[in-house]
Amino acid sequence: MKIAFEHKQSAHCENGVASNLMRFNGYEVSEPMVFGIGSGLLFCYIPFVKLDSAPLITYRAMAGFIFKRFAKRVGIVIKREKFKDPKKAQERLDENLRKNNPVGLQVGVYHLVYFPDEYRFHFNAHNLVVYGKEDDTYLISDPTMEKVTTLTAQQLEKVRYAKGAFAPKGHMYYPISFPEKLNLEHAIKKGIKHTCREMLAPVPIVGYKGIKTVAKLIRKWPIKKGTKRANHYLGQIVRMQEEIGTGGGGFRYIYAAFLQEASDVLQNDTLSELSKEMTEIGDLWRDFALEASRIYRNRSAQTDAYNKVADQLDSIGNRERDFFRKLKKAI
Amino acid sequence: MKKDEVPQDDGFLKEEHGKELNYAVDKDGNYTTALSSGWEAKTIALNNALARIEERIADAKTRVHENKTSPIEYFMEYCRMDVPVLSSYMGMWQWRVKRHFKPSIFKKLSDKTLTKYAEVFEIDLKQLKHFDTDS
Repeated sequence: MKIAFEHKQSAHCENGVASNLMRFNGYEVSEPMVFGIGSGLLFCYIPFVKLDSAPLITYRAMAGFIFKRFAKRVGIVIKREKFKDPKKAQERLDENLRKNNPVGLQVGVYHLVYFPDEYRFHFNAHNLVVYGKEDDTYLISDPTMEKVTTLTAQQLEKVRYAKGAFAPKGHMYYPISFPEKLNLEHAIKKGIKHTCREMLAPVPIVGYKGIKTVAKLIRKWPIKKGTKRANHYLGQIVRMQEEIGTGGGGFRYIYAAFLQEASDVLQNDTLSELSKEMTEIGDLWRDFALEASRIYRNRSAQTDAYNKVADQLDSIGNRERDFFRKLKKAI
Repeated sequence: MKKDEVPQDDGFLKEEHGKELNYAVDKDGNYTTALSSGWEAKTIALNNALARIEERIADAKTRVHENKTSPIEYFMEYCRMDVPVLSSYMGMWQWRVKRHFKPSIFKKLSDKTLTKYAEVFEIDLKQLKHFDTDS
């Protein structure tokens, strides 16, 4: 059985699954729209959570939050299920496919056979859609992939029952109830307000203050932690920004795309101006990533090189502070 | 980022994996999407993460040979796991997994426990028990 499901590639898995499932159900909502309404944009420095023994930095809301907030704000209801027993998880999946209902799944990345080896880490908050089953093979729409792919029942069970942090436990979800018309205006405003509140939060590890805190720390690392660890930490920042699906620069562009779309929906020109500004901020994040990765590659820990990237980050912090103050007023 | 600036550097994505999607601005200032084959900054960061893993695997291997740790630690590193992830797959407390790193304790482990480790690592029980001959 194969459901007529349109696969559309996205920059980020969760937005993509949400957007594709919405389209299947007859609502055209773009990836940036899901991201913006779901208040996906964030900066958070979490020193007490370690990823590959470096402090965790995230550039977006926690996995699952984006779709949850999006659903609440536009008035759709999502059904979510977890299963202790993998057999039951598979039965329920098959049942949905028989009913012509494609479902979103949370999976672990490490056992995803169609991913490049280099990308396979124990990260358990990846999302994909199953849209059919032929013999013992499931048809998979992984929104980060250009094309659709497949997994055998055994391979699928493995990724659905990956262990470790954020273990999916067979997590399966799909929208079950829709309003007559999506009230985007209201949802957009709510989403923007939430993001502004978080980015301007008076907390040293969140939002623009968090960015400035990390800039301060970068200056200290070569002296306090030594070359090797300082470089490792810096490399991890770049990886978390660009590689591990938390995307810093990338997410800023998605947000800029959202503001442009929102400016049309709300008939608000200021948002279109702010979209341009967010694009510039995204470019600054990319410059930062490039500089930081070069320090890392050269394995040097010259204090002035560190200070230089710290300056860059500090000015990004200021830019984002000014930006979100303006955005808050524009709504 | 302008559409024509979307990086097309060499990355880890091979032909069969396709490319990655980026959001970028077209020449009229409108947002659109473009595919990227890879980006230098990403590749450097990922390369370094991989080099670090290789280093850890090599280090674990040496210590197994020096009888300072058990093959369990080696295969844990090989599978890119850490103690929390491995203990979660084993359904064991972390301190027990760490204890199994001790060569003297490892030697006394039952086949049942070892089989479970082997399944998690996706290897033969033999590879776990007779480390030197198979590695």
